[in-house]
Amino acid sequence: MIETLLDSVRGIGRRTIDRIWRMGVAARFFMQILLHSGTGFRRFHLIIREIFSSGVLSLIIILVSGLFVGMVLGLQGYETLQTYGAEESLGVLVALSLVRELGPVVAALLFASRAGSAITAEIGLMKATEQIAAMEMMAVDPIARVVAPRFWGGVISMPLLAALFSAMGVLGGYLVGVVLIGVDEGAFWSQMQSAVDFKEDILNGVIKSVVFGVAITIIALFEGYDAPPTAEGVSRATTRTVVTSSLAILGLDFVLTAFMFRGV
Amino acid sequence: MQRATLDLWVGIFVVAGIVAVLFLALKVGNLGSYDSSETYAVKASFDNIGGLKPRAPVKSAGVVVGRVADITFDPINYEASVTLSLSARYPFPKDTSAAIMTSGLLGEQYISLDAGGDETMLVSGDALKITQGAVVLENLIGQFLYNKSDGAGDEAQQ
Amino acid sequence: MSENLIEIRDLSFSYGQSLVLKDVNLTARRGQVIAIMGNSGCGKTTLLRLIGGALKPTSGSLKVDGVEMGALDQAGLYRLRRRMGMLFQFGALFTDISVFENVAFQLREHTDLPEAMIRDLVFMKLNAVGLRGAHAMMPSELSGGMARRVALARSIALDPMLILYDEPFAGLDPISLGVTGNLIRRLTDTLGITSIVVTHDVQESLKMVDYVYFVSEGVIVAQGTPDEIKASDLPYVHQFVHGEENGPVPFHYPAPEYALDLGLSA
Repeated sequence: MIETLLDSVRGIGRRTIDRIWRMGVAARFFMQILLHSGTGFRRFHLIIREIFSSGVLSLIIILVSGLFVGMVLGLQGYETLQTYGAEESLGVLVALSLVRELGPVVAALLFASRAGSAITAEIGLMKATEQIAAMEMMAVDPIARVVAPRFWGGVISMPLLAALFSAMGVLGGYLVGVVLIGVDEGAFWSQMQSAVDFKEDILNGVIKSVVFGVAITIIALFEGYDAPPTAEGVSRATTRTVVTSSLAILGLDFVLTAFMFRGV
Repeated sequence: MQRATLDLWVGIFVVAGIVAVLFLALKVGNLGSYDSSETYAVKASFDNIGGLKPRAPVKSAGVVVGRVADITFDPINYEASVTLSLSARYPFPKDTSAAIMTSGLLGEQYISLDAGGDETMLVSGDALKITQGAVVLENLIGQFLYNKSDGAGDEAQQ
Repeated sequence: MSENLIEIRDLSFSYGQSLVLKDVNLTARRGQVIAIMGNSGCGKTTLLRLIGGALKPTSGSLKVDGVEMGALDQAGLYRLRRRMGMLFQFGALFTDISVFENVAFQLREHTDLPEAMIRDLVFMKLNAVGLRGAHAMMPSELSGGMARRVALARSIALDPMLILYDEPFAGLDPISLGVTGNLIRRLTDTLGITSIVVTHDVQESLKMVDYVYFVSEGVIVAQGTPDEIKASDLPYVHQFVHGEENGPVPFHYPAPEYALDLGLSA
């Protein structure tokens, strides 16, 4: 009885130590990426390739989701605001929720499941098929050649995708609110412009998406690099990437929001 | 994929992203209405600022002429010290007065400037002499009740 | 320049507690093809990884071209590896780039050669393995034997002094097997390379190698020229060369009495 209790406590302890240890390894991995980023910037086409595979290939899902999220916001917002006779504020509601929260967060969640999982699977497979080992034997540092360009590609793509998501969302809100329902167009834009501040709202949203981009790519790269070189290991690492980075996005979003929009 | 096609796509993507940021900044946000021209800073002290916040508009005759740059507490006079950032396009005379107003019944608060008749104009670093703080609802009610009882006493004397 | 490219003296290696290699002595002269043979899990791949510098010896000395591998830092190791090639078991080609780019990889990474010269060099290397015509293909379109040959072309791209082969014959059909074996021999002779082949394919390797080391459970149990090996009457070598089911390496993995596992107590 006591023994089973002790065992479960030991299990918790072991898992905690394991987590902390992994975080330490991930932090060192991050430092290595930063140290070895020089190669990527000297040969920028390496980064361009990765912007293509993580940014351009995520474009469709981001644009379509952004449009629909904006349209839903327009519809729901109108229903709610109408009760208070404040439907002119629809633009404010749509723009603020997109620029501050939904743009960076939803785009990051989509990015994690579209590009993050692809990065993990790709690196995990390169490891499983000994491509990473082969690169090391050819005196080419895989961190500099494979990992760092993917990191920068993701970090550059993420804020652009978030901005596109928000812009599409505002357009979607405009389509539903102004074109479909008939909210006054002038009020829609002017109220939006007087309520949305460039520094407080838009810039902070961009900063958020950059932080999310760093978090997602680090998690994806680390999981891929750390995956056991088997089919099962890679598939589990891919799942872990999506779960871990989704949780990281939501947690970081809370922390960042608390810092950014406090007292305004 | 060919290097050229790849570059093209990435180029389109980056340009689209930047256009989206500009769209958000100019069309959705207020960067377009920011005065890119020079501004000058003027100080004003208020006994009470009510709910005035940084970045609140400064209006004269209903037109936005600047914004509240900073609000601090002055520990010597026990007053609120507000820094106004006014557009250099709109010079004001030295004896301009400032008052904190509310737009609508429950709307946000702003500073209203009333131009005086002085020959010399305000320059950066000057302070506004004549100010009127925000109207606090509790004080207003208190004043009203006091006047009422005062008036009642007068009537009784007569 | 000493005549021995690789000199291993009293090398031991252990993973944590378990001793994988014990007191290994091995030399490879320049221009030779050396085979390291043994059954699966005997430590021969570990030995190859030690020579490649992916692992550091626990004790003993391992010199490649007169350089002590255990004492090298990362930069020194990478400098030495530019003059080494390694052929992985299944080729380990980069799957996201074409055959041409795979062979050109090291040229692009380590040199500033103009594009025209890279093109010429890549076609020369591909021609040497007979796959010049496949330069535009992607690795996923290649057969196992072709992938192995492209990987070979890739590993000779910088004209190395040493090539390490990890199971080059695994999973090949008899024709590809012969082709690969001949290719290893021919490249070694024409380019003046030294080759170390880790394999368990006895018949193919005995045809082409200069010297054979037999490893069993981390110890070198026999060595000699192919003729000596064929004539050897050491039980382990005999079992290995002739593929017998029983000998020093038993058919049965160590287990309790058969009757016990079946629940039949004596």
